[in-house]
Amino acid sequence: MSMSKQQNIYGSSQQEVTNAEFDSLGQAEIDGAGTDELLDEIDALLDTNAEEFVRTFVQKGGQ
Amino acid sequence: MGVETEFGLVAYRNGHAVLGPEEISRYLFRPIVSEYRSSNVFTENASRLYLDVGAHPEYATAECDSVGQLLTYDKAGERTFHQLAIQAEQALAKDGITAKVYLFKNNVDSLGNSYGMHENYLISRELVLKSFSKQLLPFLITRQLLCGAGMIKNGKFWLSQRADQVWEGVSSATTRTRPIINTRDETHGDSHKFRRMHVIVGDSNMSEPTFVLKIGSTLLLLEMLEAGVKLPDFELRDPIAHIRDIATDLTGSTPLTLRDGTTVTALEVQEATLEAAKAWLEQRPDEGTPNEEFSRIIELWQRVIDAITRQDYSGIDTEIDWAIKLKLLSSFKQKLATDWAHPKLAQIDLAYHDINPERGLFYHLQKQGYAKRWTTEDAITAAIKSPPQTTRAKLRGEFLHLVRTTNAEHNVDWVQLKVNRPEPQTVRLLDPFSTADAAYDELINYVTEHHGNC
Repeated sequence: MSMSKQQNIYGSSQQEVTNAEFDSLGQAEIDGAGTDELLDEIDALLDTNAEEFVRTFVQKGGQ
Repeated sequence: MGVETEFGLVAYRNGHAVLGPEEISRYLFRPIVSEYRSSNVFTENASRLYLDVGAHPEYATAECDSVGQLLTYDKAGERTFHQLAIQAEQALAKDGITAKVYLFKNNVDSLGNSYGMHENYLISRELVLKSFSKQLLPFLITRQLLCGAGMIKNGKFWLSQRADQVWEGVSSATTRTRPIINTRDETHGDSHKFRRMHVIVGDSNMSEPTFVLKIGSTLLLLEMLEAGVKLPDFELRDPIAHIRDIATDLTGSTPLTLRDGTTVTALEVQEATLEAAKAWLEQRPDEGTPNEEFSRIIELWQRVIDAITRQDYSGIDTEIDWAIKLKLLSSFKQKLATDWAHPKLAQIDLAYHDINPERGLFYHLQKQGYAKRWTTEDAITAAIKSPPQTTRAKLRGEFLHLVRTTNAEHNVDWVQLKVNRPEPQTVRLLDPFSTADAAYDELINYVTEHHGNC
């Protein structure tokens, strides 16, 4: 079953996701300045080198 | 009840690691060591702060008797470590090292090493062990549907970070394999009356409602088991076999094989427990966690089940960690027009758990209204400074305050309060919920008499 509705993820209106396949979320369009603004804010909080940030984080196992 | 949390710790400079875990943890604990001459201490709110195996900073809350209270003490631990991280950055700068210190409240590192949060529940010795297999184990392996922290792994989104570990059902040993439930007779209390149940399968939660749902749902089940409420028998043939499947099935339909060969889905186990909890709430005495709070927890529990049933998470995507995280990751996944393996998504997955309220992604969402709260910052600040007033933590906190301000040499653990001079005087507080004790009063008088007042 294909996605029948667009999903406005952080915008003001929420619409139902009718599909159980999560990859299909990639087909929805982002609509609204709300989402873009939030994603930009999130971007600003992140280090530029994503791979290094993650790879660097190594701990020994705990209990 | 209490919760212990192990944090991940790393320091970055220009995106690269600076110093190893042992060195960073020395900087982190410097203010503690300088004040208390130890890196294993009770803080002024009677919680414990220490460095665990593998240089994990760890915080164990004081004993709490309600879910909302436990939330504030868990968050107090985050704030305390965040303050130490800021001081560590300042100390590093003084030593000519510019670095950003990160503490992560999560459960896996980049290599898949796992560490955790452990829940402690006091249960009576009468609680029958077989209820563990029939109700508790099935509940705990499906509980990730309610309160998993979410994680990207092997090109998929998983509900839980802890699911992908080696588990055992019930065991008394905590060495190689990890038992989901661990009941210990060595209790920090009267072992004639109580046992301590240790649960280590839970994810560390950033979201306040998610934490409350995790603890609250478990507590309701334990209360029902203690009260002898009739509950469905979900004894599974091989409980551990299902954990990973449940984590990767966001529809909750993973079939779990019961002892008689029939199956039940992960969601059905949660639904049945919830229905029983609703009935229990009608007859439950209003003590410990208030019924009012439990009714909000039950309402959220129902909404999570509805959301998973309908495959529409919009009703819970500001309150449940995995749903909040999934929404954020999905937005970036769409924006970048990529798949789950993109490194940016892994970075977001990790930075979600950064406990710095000015930098962590979860905290940004909470500040902007995309993640709901259950408590207030004022309540958390109060919890940093003073112990729970409704458990023996109150007495430990008062004792510590007195001996520290009068410089009376002392030893304290979860049960015992001891002053060493002029003569050693020890009091054992065996009831975790008792806030008054005659021997304790005598001890306070003794200290005041010989060391002064504060």
